[in-house]
Amino acid sequence: MQEKFNQIRQSAIESLASVTSMREIGELRAKYVGKSGEVTSLLRSMKDIPNDQKASFGKMVNDLKDEIMGYFNVKEAELKQKELESQFEKEALDITLPGKKVVAGNLHPLNIVKNEIINAFTGMGFEIFEGPEIETDYYCFQALNIPKDHPARDMQDTFYINDDIVLRSQTSTGQVRVMENKKPPIKILSPGRVYRSDDDASHSPMFHQCEGLVVDKGISLCDLQGLLDEFVKIIFDKQTKTRLRPSYFPFTEPSVEVDVTCSKCHGKGCSLCKGTGWIEILGAGVVNKKVLENCGIDSNVYSGLAFGLGIERVTMIKYGITDIRTLFENNVKFLKQFDRR
Amino acid sequence: MKAPLSWLKEFVDIDITVEELEKKLFSCGLEVEETIYYGKNIDKIVVARILKTEKHPNADKLTVCQIDAGKYGNLQIITAATNIFEGALVPVALDGATLFNGERIYNGQLRGLPSYGMFCSGEELGITDDFYPGASVYGILILNEDYPLGAEVKDVLGIEDVIFDINVTANRPDCQSILGLAREVAAVLNKPIKGPSLEYVATKGVSTKATIKVSDKAPDLCPRYMAHYIKNLKIGESPLWMKKRLFRMGLRSISNIVDVTNYVLLEIGQPMHAFDLNDLEGNEIVIRRAENGEKIITLDEKEFALSENNLVICDSVKPVALAGVMGGLNSEIKSTTKDVVFECAKFARDNVRKTARLLGQRTDASSRYEKGIDANSAEVGLKRALHLVDELKMGEIAEDNYDLLFEKIENKVISTKISKINAVLGITVPTDVIVNSLEKLNFEVKVSGDDIVVKAPLYRDDIEDYPDLAEEVIREYGYEHIEPTLLKTSSITAGGLNKEQTDIANLKTLLTGYGFNEILTYSFVSEKEYDIFGFDKNSDEYRFIKILNPIGEDLSVMRTSLLPSICRIIASNLKRKNMEGRLFEFAKIYQPKSLPLTELPIENEVLSLGVFGENEDFFTLKGVIEDLISNFAYGAEVKFVRSNKSCMHPTRSADVVINGKVVGYFGELLPQIADKLDIDKKIYVGEIKYYLLKEFFNNKIVFKPISKFPPVERDLAITVGDNISWGDIYSVIKESAGDKLDSVKLFDIYKGDQIEKGKKSVAFNLTFVSLEATLTVEEIDQAINNILECLKSKLGAELR
Repeated sequence: MQEKFNQIRQSAIESLASVTSMREIGELRAKYVGKSGEVTSLLRSMKDIPNDQKASFGKMVNDLKDEIMGYFNVKEAELKQKELESQFEKEALDITLPGKKVVAGNLHPLNIVKNEIINAFTGMGFEIFEGPEIETDYYCFQALNIPKDHPARDMQDTFYINDDIVLRSQTSTGQVRVMENKKPPIKILSPGRVYRSDDDASHSPMFHQCEGLVVDKGISLCDLQGLLDEFVKIIFDKQTKTRLRPSYFPFTEPSVEVDVTCSKCHGKGCSLCKGTGWIEILGAGVVNKKVLENCGIDSNVYSGLAFGLGIERVTMIKYGITDIRTLFENNVKFLKQFDRR
Repeated sequence: MKAPLSWLKEFVDIDITVEELEKKLFSCGLEVEETIYYGKNIDKIVVARILKTEKHPNADKLTVCQIDAGKYGNLQIITAATNIFEGALVPVALDGATLFNGERIYNGQLRGLPSYGMFCSGEELGITDDFYPGASVYGILILNEDYPLGAEVKDVLGIEDVIFDINVTANRPDCQSILGLAREVAAVLNKPIKGPSLEYVATKGVSTKATIKVSDKAPDLCPRYMAHYIKNLKIGESPLWMKKRLFRMGLRSISNIVDVTNYVLLEIGQPMHAFDLNDLEGNEIVIRRAENGEKIITLDEKEFALSENNLVICDSVKPVALAGVMGGLNSEIKSTTKDVVFECAKFARDNVRKTARLLGQRTDASSRYEKGIDANSAEVGLKRALHLVDELKMGEIAEDNYDLLFEKIENKVISTKISKINAVLGITVPTDVIVNSLEKLNFEVKVSGDDIVVKAPLYRDDIEDYPDLAEEVIREYGYEHIEPTLLKTSSITAGGLNKEQTDIANLKTLLTGYGFNEILTYSFVSEKEYDIFGFDKNSDEYRFIKILNPIGEDLSVMRTSLLPSICRIIASNLKRKNMEGRLFEFAKIYQPKSLPLTELPIENEVLSLGVFGENEDFFTLKGVIEDLISNFAYGAEVKFVRSNKSCMHPTRSADVVINGKVVGYFGELLPQIADKLDIDKKIYVGEIKYYLLKEFFNNKIVFKPISKFPPVERDLAITVGDNISWGDIYSVIKESAGDKLDSVKLFDIYKGDQIEKGKKSVAFNLTFVSLEATLTVEEIDQAINNILECLKSKLGAELR
């Protein structure tokens, strides 16, 4: 009997070896382990088995059935795998073919930089205020300590709508509008379009500035430099340093010009910084007490700092753009270069 | 302001290098914009004597000269110049020499004979007659003094100098002069200032008041007027040293008396004028406002019609000078002038500024007055001028003068606290440093404990309070002493973008996600743009604000629509062969409340969109607008209706209507306009009035449960009249389907063989779902029947 078992096992294994399709496996299953298959048929000889051996015989048959089914299952899995493989082979893609075109657009570089500036300062507790671009002479000049016919008006060529209404020549206009309506502590950033009658490679009749204003108790020149140090590290890189030097703006006293270490040579001197290692980026100062008083803020209790920077200038330094007009041509080939996020 | 180092050195002992001085000036706020090393190039041009001249054997126009060049020996020079002669002392550029303009000179051969250098003209040495007599002649510079042979010419003539071009800030008019700059240099070098000499000797018996009458009838515009008479003027040339200084500053020498006034302007910063007394009718000077329509011809022979806003200096009859701007031609100094009246005045800053600007006549004098001159400066200037007249023996100086003074001359005194000065700076500057810094700048300082009393020099009109003193102190002490702190005493504030600002940022993020690139264009456009784009004369677009002083017509009106700008940008991109793109701009339009403007206009935010390229069409923009609205104005009722905007293609454009209000328009640009812009492709553009759209914003998210029951889908195809729009069909379906309808998707529109003429087949997919239960076939059938009935009764549609 054992021999019979071996013979069936051997025969099943041998026939399985040459099998190449699922259909053939089905046939073999029927042949060996189906209802009238060879293994199942063995049970028919049960009647010839002595009673005391019937149980062990039955177990042997079942074991053989399980064993052979195990071979079939393994083979079946192998075949399935092969079939999948050949299907994958057929479905193979040339993955180097171009992808389906999905192109995200991007912001204009000036607004990318503006957003970076906004992010830097909102992180330090600043709110954003955008005042009107068409302004009264009062907010653009007089409230900022620049009376009519003051020589400081020559610092910028202003566009006029009429005697009392101008296109704002600086975002400092926002200072007064904010201080009239809000009491300290004030931390405001005021970005926006400004206008001056200038048009060449480094001046555009319309450009963008960002004015910053802090008014609180005990604000000093040290805070101004500390704040700007933090800012330039965010906007340029961690190594960037600032340098203050005296300047003049009617609405700040003392006034300073702020230089940063050249982003290209880090202070060694190169063509970008004309060999000095420093690049002028903004004007700033301690808010003139007259301006505070014009806005009803007690200059004996509060002091402030203000700064104004040109977004074009920062953008041009950051990206190495040499002609300001490039920024307003809006050539798609130019715009799409600023798509790195 | 230009300042030659040689002139500064007259007032201050400068013992540091030019580079060091530049740095010091820079750190105290006087930025040197340019340093001109005048004549630095000149090299190996030496004094030589011409010993012998002979005609060149091979050339008629050349002369062969033998010269003695001192230590360089006897050399042969060949020249084409004709003004040379034996015995003349001339500059000669030797082999390897460099001229003023950088050109190099080498030995050479001229028509077969060797020449060991070249004789130089004044021009080749960078000088004119004003610098050295004879330097302007055409030919060789003949030196007229006995200089040592072989000596470098630039040294013996003193050609070399360093000229600083210094950027002086508007608060420091006192630095618009050599003296003012010298005072700053003295302070940074911690050295005393020398001079200038103001003494003069008057001639007994010569009197201004006995000679001429002066009256100031406009003291508000002329707070100080000084007049001084000089008799028996010996008009002539200025001495060389004075000519040289004027030359360095770019001024031509005119005559000794005129040069003195110019010299004082440069040195002291005080404008002056000299009148020929004989031209002053009635021997009188009257300072008054001009009469309306009164005329004057200024020294440069320009005629101006004046008004009562202009101040004039007159004789008893007529204007003889435009105050603070320029003298009149009728009283100018001539070679025959014998008697002169010097004017040295303070005119009101604002009035000079207005006059100079209004008349377009800006001069060195007016620019000084516009910046501001202190009243004391008139006296210093006059004395300096008289000193020069005396030194140069130019004439008899009157013993007396007119000094019509209508304002107080007093030093500003600031009483404050040292702690206040330090509080501005944020550091504690040692008291002795504070005192010393201010004293170096000629402030008088008294300290008692924390109290400090500071008396400012008369020329420091800019000093008003302790912050000004803080600036002076840190300027001298050095900004490197500032210790950066990050708002250490400041309160915490929340900061960040507000809702409106966040909305705009999100809008832009969405648009970039749709593949749009942001553009930025000028807020001003040409007035013609409104005609090109065919905006109706009565439309809001046509109510624009004009700029009074635009750069040009192209940028002369504030825009009331962003559409022209984006179309122009698309046109320029197409011209550059950028054949596709999706662009947007988010910017303001400017809408006047009244015209002409009497109050500030309304500035409203608008979004413009533009797409161009093969794959773009009307529906690109429509899809974008639909999604934008569903993102920001969730639940709003949106309709697209035919637009009658005159810049749009009449049948390929739409107005965007939300809850019955038009918030924008878009579509194909009208082909005739595209033509005018040189656009030969179809482009699709539009404007969404963000300020109107904003009213419908609803981006509050409320969770909506998702049905657990299976959705049921049905496809339907109907035939309907060709003139029926999908929008109409959609509305009927929505109205008639009942509350179980979840979505309607259009998937086919067909016209052709199997469809009756004038009709079309429209196929769509309906999805029904219920939150409560699985929908039954009966429920669905009922809904479908209802839809079909309504489509039939309202639109005449039949099920296919």
